[in-house]
Amino acid sequence: MLPTDPTKKLSFKRHITDGDLVIVYEKHDNMKAVKVSEKSVLENRFGVFKHSDWIGKPFGCKVSSHKGGFVYLLAPTPELWTLVLSHRTQILYIADISFVIMYLELIPGCVVLESGTGSGSLTTSLARSIAPTGHVYTFDFHEQRAMAAREDFERTGLSDLVSVGVRDIQGEGFPKDLIGRADAVFLDLPQPWLAIPSAGQMLKEDGVLCSFSPCIEQVQRSSETLASNFTDIRTFEVLLRTYEVREAKMEQCQTEEGTPGARPNKRKQRVSEASHWEQDKSDSHMVMARPSGEAKGHTGYLTFARLKCVA
Amino acid sequence: MSTTVEQQDNSNQNRRITWEGCSVLLDINDGDRLVFSRLTAGSIVKIGNKNYPLRPLIGCPFGSLFQVESGENGPSLARVISTAEDNNTEDKKECDLKEESRDNRALIDNNTAQTLTGEDIEGMRRQGASGNDIVEALIANSATFENKTSFSQEKYRLKKQKKYAPKVLLRRPFARSICDTYFKKYPARIGFLRVDTLSLILSFSNVTANSDVLVVDMIGGMITGAVAERLGGTGYVCNTYRGDSPYSIEIVRIFNFNDEINKRIVRLSLGELSGNGDLKENEMISSNQESLTFEESTEDKIASKIYKAAKPGEKASQDSINSWKENGFSSLIIAAPDVDAWSIVKEVLPFLSFSAPFVIYHQYLQPLATCMHNLQVEKMAIGLQITEPWLREYQVLPSRTHPHMQMSAFGGYILSGTKICNEKSTTQ
Ligand SMILES: C[S@@+](CC[C@H](N)C(=O)[O-])C[C@H]1O[C@@H](n2cnc3c(N)ncnc32)[C@H](O)[C@@H]1O
Repeated sequence: MLPTDPTKKLSFKRHITDGDLVIVYEKHDNMKAVKVSEKSVLENRFGVFKHSDWIGKPFGCKVSSHKGGFVYLLAPTPELWTLVLSHRTQILYIADISFVIMYLELIPGCVVLESGTGSGSLTTSLARSIAPTGHVYTFDFHEQRAMAAREDFERTGLSDLVSVGVRDIQGEGFPKDLIGRADAVFLDLPQPWLAIPSAGQMLKEDGVLCSFSPCIEQVQRSSETLASNFTDIRTFEVLLRTYEVREAKMEQCQTEEGTPGARPNKRKQRVSEASHWEQDKSDSHMVMARPSGEAKGHTGYLTFARLKCVA
Repeated sequence: MSTTVEQQDNSNQNRRITWEGCSVLLDINDGDRLVFSRLTAGSIVKIGNKNYPLRPLIGCPFGSLFQVESGENGPSLARVISTAEDNNTEDKKECDLKEESRDNRALIDNNTAQTLTGEDIEGMRRQGASGNDIVEALIANSATFENKTSFSQEKYRLKKQKKYAPKVLLRRPFARSICDTYFKKYPARIGFLRVDTLSLILSFSNVTANSDVLVVDMIGGMITGAVAERLGGTGYVCNTYRGDSPYSIEIVRIFNFNDEINKRIVRLSLGELSGNGDLKENEMISSNQESLTFEESTEDKIASKIYKAAKPGEKASQDSINSWKENGFSSLIIAAPDVDAWSIVKEVLPFLSFSAPFVIYHQYLQPLATCMHNLQVEKMAIGLQITEPWLREYQVLPSRTHPHMQMSAFGGYILSGTKICNEKSTTQ
């Protein structure tokens, strides 16, 4: 998924080959990850798509089914992956993910620790930010989840950048060999305060910790624990509002004189002559935007803190 | 120690200890004042009516805290060493807060509450009292302090501390802190781009090592710098512009980019990119971008010349240009407050690879709505979406947790999407 391998990098000349991971795009809210395999087919409500028809086509192209239905084939990105991965747990979405990466000051070469791995939604973006020379050490105490995550990172081509460990981080803390090596630590755990002392040991001085918690009580306890070894303890909530855009023909208000926009004189008008609404003949269409009616109202609180520098 | 090995690995972009000539962000009194500076032998920071040399900050870890001291050689900054003791007092404070029984019904605020006069304080100073001594004396001589609730006691202490014992926190200038600081101090210069919006832009555009990112950055280099930070000396961020003069990228200088990274920041006029522009060299640019960002003294400027790294924003090499024309860019970001979004997109989108993401930032919704509509009609992109992030900070304290009373209500809109390869373009 990352352009570390120059032969896989997006380009006008990059064509889909056997074995590529593609994101099949039907609609913005209907996508699917598919590994291209010469003999396979994809079946959906638009009909049957033969993978062999896809090979040799550029990414971003439109392909048709035997019935003439079509989908787009996109190159995977962490954003698309978050929308198509199999949900084994609650996951983080783009607004939280982006803010976390920014706030943790992750750049190529950084070492970052994470627990729990969950479905690997955040992990994928962590890997993108520290590539090609950094590393993500992610831990989950749920063996199957850890295994599924490893398989996913294999599929998305991130396994060189990510190590998945099975470990009870609240109970045992992070492994000792990571002490003092982390530029950043991220926690998405039910009782993060139990892991905070260990996280503090792992961090370099001035390294940043982030804890994601859905409930304010968790934030409260974490913040209290953080107060002893961390500074700059700040809690945020970040949400997204999306907008719907549509073009509409707006009727113009015509007065008796036919001057659009002139103020109608209410007193003098009888009903039949009252300013009437008429199709606008000048054919002026209007592009309008409004917030979508539904949105996520809450995901979780993000608590950040920096490890104190002691001289 | 193993840590030092890793620090060297990712070179000075991720250095955690300051060096002579490095750019820093000084946070004075808990965010009350934010100042970008360069640490040189002669540089200073002004706090209150006194000048403090910055030399003691050289060689300290980022994150170090300093307090003012009045020594024999005039006022100076000295590092505060946090100890286990500090942590205990903090714990104690919180216990107190939990058992609050006092209230302020009997509190009368008049000017007689404080018995120490300005002259008394000056006297203490002359005798070498530290800022903290003065704060303690003020508390001891306050008639009302004892009766205040512990919450207001804390507030009182903080207020006095800021005045008599100011603290300076040494911060790393990173995309986050730079964007935050500009948003607070000079929002117009970065087109009112809030840090959460910037973070979304970087995600949606899929910027990562080895990317070739085309940007139209008309917000002072904020985008260019943030992208270069994520590229870490690989790939390219190519700043394209209309006409003869590239847009200022002065903010890039605040990042501590090494030569490797600066070399990856290049410029190219749209004319040259599309191959029909006049190829006459325009060399006069870029040097007069000093201006207002740094609070530099003349000595600093001389000093910073000595430490001058490879200049960011050189013209792209012919090899790069050829490669981009042949392969396309892997991401596109536009932040051009004063140019119609659609008219730029139309021109630059052809240089983006198929299936590559693009992001357009604007502080107004309408130009993005129109642009999105046109992209849809022309079938140039899919996954089109206009989003606006909302960011709220919380005060978290025992029994007193709530959202901040003041918040930024707006941080900008972004239009994001993925370029597709439609029939017209496949047959070309
Ligand atoms: C909500 S999920 C994390 C989702 C992840 N952030 C993502 O974006 O996909 C929380 C994970 O923490 C794991 N977990 C819970 N307690 C743990 C512990 N003590 N040690 C390690 N992992 C734990 C769970 O198994 C679960 O997979």
